Amino acid sequence: MVRVPVIGDVSHVMSDGLEGLEHNFVTARIEDLVKWSRARSCWPATFGLACCALEMMATGAAHYDLARYGMEVFRASPRQADLMIVAGRVSQKMAPILRQIYDQMMEPKWVISMGVCASTGGMFNNYAIVQGVDQVVPVDVYAPGCPPGPETLMHAILTLHDNIQNGELTRRRQAFDGGAAIAVGEKGAPTDQPVKLDVR
Amino acid sequence: MRDVAKQATDAVDDGPVDDGGGNLGSAERVHRRDDSSAVLRLSEAEAAVLVGDSDDSPTGDVADQRMILNMGPAHPSTHGVLRLMLEMEGETILRSKPVIGYLHTGMEKTAEDLTYLQGPTNVTRMDYAAPLFSELAFCMAVEQLLDLEVPPRATWIRMLMCELNRVSSHLLFQATNGMDLGAVSMMIYGWREREEVLRFFENVTGLRMNHNYIRPGGVAADLPDGWQTDVERLLELIPPRLDEYDTLLTGQPIFRGRLQGVGVLTPAEALALSATGPILRSTGYAWDLRRDQPYLAYEEVDFDVIVGTHGDSFDRYAIRLNEIRESLRIVEQILDLMPAGDYRVQDKKVTPPPRARIDESMEALIHHFKIFTEGFHVPEGETYAAVESPRGELGCYLVSDGGPKPYRMHIRGPSFVNLQTLPHLMEGGLIADGVAVISSVDPIMGEVDR
Amino acid sequence: MAGADVADTVGTEDVAVTPVGPTAWGVPVTEAFGQTVLHPPVDRWLETVAACRDDGYVMAIDVTAVDYSAHPGRTDLPESVEPERFEVVAMLISHATGERVRLRTQVPDSDPVVPSLFDLFPGTEAMEREAWDLVGVAFSGHPDPTRILMPEDWEGHPLRRDVAIGRIPVQFREAPPAR
Repeated sequence: MVRVPVIGDVSHVMSDGLEGLEHNFVTARIEDLVKWSRARSCWPATFGLACCALEMMATGAAHYDLARYGMEVFRASPRQADLMIVAGRVSQKMAPILRQIYDQMMEPKWVISMGVCASTGGMFNNYAIVQGVDQVVPVDVYAPGCPPGPETLMHAILTLHDNIQNGELTRRRQAFDGGAAIAVGEKGAPTDQPVKLDVR
Repeated sequence: MRDVAKQATDAVDDGPVDDGGGNLGSAERVHRRDDSSAVLRLSEAEAAVLVGDSDDSPTGDVADQRMILNMGPAHPSTHGVLRLMLEMEGETILRSKPVIGYLHTGMEKTAEDLTYLQGPTNVTRMDYAAPLFSELAFCMAVEQLLDLEVPPRATWIRMLMCELNRVSSHLLFQATNGMDLGAVSMMIYGWREREEVLRFFENVTGLRMNHNYIRPGGVAADLPDGWQTDVERLLELIPPRLDEYDTLLTGQPIFRGRLQGVGVLTPAEALALSATGPILRSTGYAWDLRRDQPYLAYEEVDFDVIVGTHGDSFDRYAIRLNEIRESLRIVEQILDLMPAGDYRVQDKKVTPPPRARIDESMEALIHHFKIFTEGFHVPEGETYAAVESPRGELGCYLVSDGGPKPYRMHIRGPSFVNLQTLPHLMEGGLIADGVAVISSVDPIMGEVDR
Repeated sequence: MAGADVADTVGTEDVAVTPVGPTAWGVPVTEAFGQTVLHPPVDRWLETVAACRDDGYVMAIDVTAVDYSAHPGRTDLPESVEPERFEVVAMLISHATGERVRLRTQVPDSDPVVPSLFDLFPGTEAMEREAWDLVGVAFSGHPDPTRILMPEDWEGHPLRRDVAIGRIPVQFREAPPAR
């Protein structure tokens, strides 16, 4: 939907008049522009937990540069982040905090579950580790590996970007009501009462 | 119109506001004058009285100015999931408490479920910045129980890999320490060098991290052809870059100002708190297991033990920087002294046979089957083996009941013990120094929480 | 009595801590893979550790606990020592001589309490908290006897042998029963 103009070519304008002007304009749908920019400037929240965090940092470092995808800014505040890369094993004590950070992120937000411990509990099938972070937050892309090398993580990130850009994730969100299966109570509730979240 | 207005006011049940203009809601809240207002109406003089004079002895009023601040566990500068509860007065930290357990993985319980051959895969993920050391401690404990003598080449390969792992771990420290103090470009430089070392590891072990390379009886595979060229390349590449770090950091007044005198520990305190590694050595106490309780082949190589003088964070930084240089010195000697021979012990009950033999020999097939399904049995007993990891003394206490799986495995993680120094290092300092102190202690939460 | 034994051991030619006979510092001693292991009873735990510290063992390397309920017939104890369900193990090191010593004390299930080593070695604070948290042996006189690794409201002690590992069945194959 995006047409790239031929720069400097004004011959059509001279000959066709107003009809020739279309070659000097970029046209697109606003939705596409929004999705394009969301994909290209997806700021991750710092959520490195264990070994995968070192590979995540390596992906952001000079050799496997994440800055070329607009993602080198790891925001400490979840309010400023779009993407949470859960890098590492999530213990029972950490799970509520993970959920809290996820809730503090603003929509639209995405989650990449990096590594096998975050995806399924990994090699630690025991009392201490949550068997898959998708029991706590909705996950969009799973990256396998123990730890996944920077190339695997970048593949996961690029898959996410593709899905953001072709609208797949927005579609899913609409189908499942925000993706986290949470429904907000009716609008217009009296303000002196707290807004109840109905968890399905 | 009036009816609608009245309806609006009736609906929200406030005072008699007659705006006559539709549904604007109530404005009573902003008319409040007393203490129930949201506006803190305090004059400068009244505020000064509450804060208290610096000459005043701590009375009840002043003590109320203390607050408990929670730092972490999701924090960019706490080196993983460490939570700190800080009791602060203004910017000064009075008391603190590290709260850990956010990465507790139950590895000691999992170890009771894995055979001795699978054990290194578990322990390697404890100290994930220096995984080969954990594997080494575990394997040394198993070999003590088995009364197994590891062939010389395997010993020297282990030493080579461990020293290079020390280099990569200390480079990680340089990167994160620099970033925590604001020298953000150090993050990129440290990782740049670390990538070179990790590339060598990938060449030898197949993985960049969590290698599962050091196994009971030796190592998993021999060094590949051409490893000397790769090591020589590292030896040429890294020292000039370390000099760059010196230019960027060591001589700089801001860096020094932030680290010198910050987080001071005396040798007696370090000993009482069981601190080991660079923290203990920064106080001037020269104790390094490689020299004082040699294991592997450290008696046959020449190296210095780096010791600080003041016990502050700058000393810990300098010690780690120079330990990289010492490790490279050891690696250079290993290049010349590496013996030929087996890379793992030739004991059929412990070492799996080469894959090709399985097709030829029934015995080899059976051994392979037994080792990989049931696991080899280790005689009953208990032992403790310790190595000098980049963070301090890393030990493995292993109890065996004669079966194929450990009865109890306990790893003495240096970061777990070193973390006890944190409240003492931070006491009386500013909160900005707190970040510098945590960074200089260099905890890895994987081995703190296990 | 402990003092006399200490006087015997100090000043021997080799190293100050060579055990003399079947006791050292007044408690039974064994050797495991070249490492000296002392077996004090619980009521002599503190004084034995204090005696070792006075003898130059300046640092407590580790304090941990083991639940032997699944391995009652262990053979590495001296005859005079009665095995109990729990064992608390402390490891000390002397920097002057490079010697290590390990102390193992038997702790019964009926009264799983051991005196805390905090006053002798403050570095044992976190180690004892972990032993309490994971194995369930309490340390009397500890300044902060709370859980350190598990969440504060966790019930049970995970490293005990009668506590299951908590494995969940994996869906894609014949799942073993939950343990």
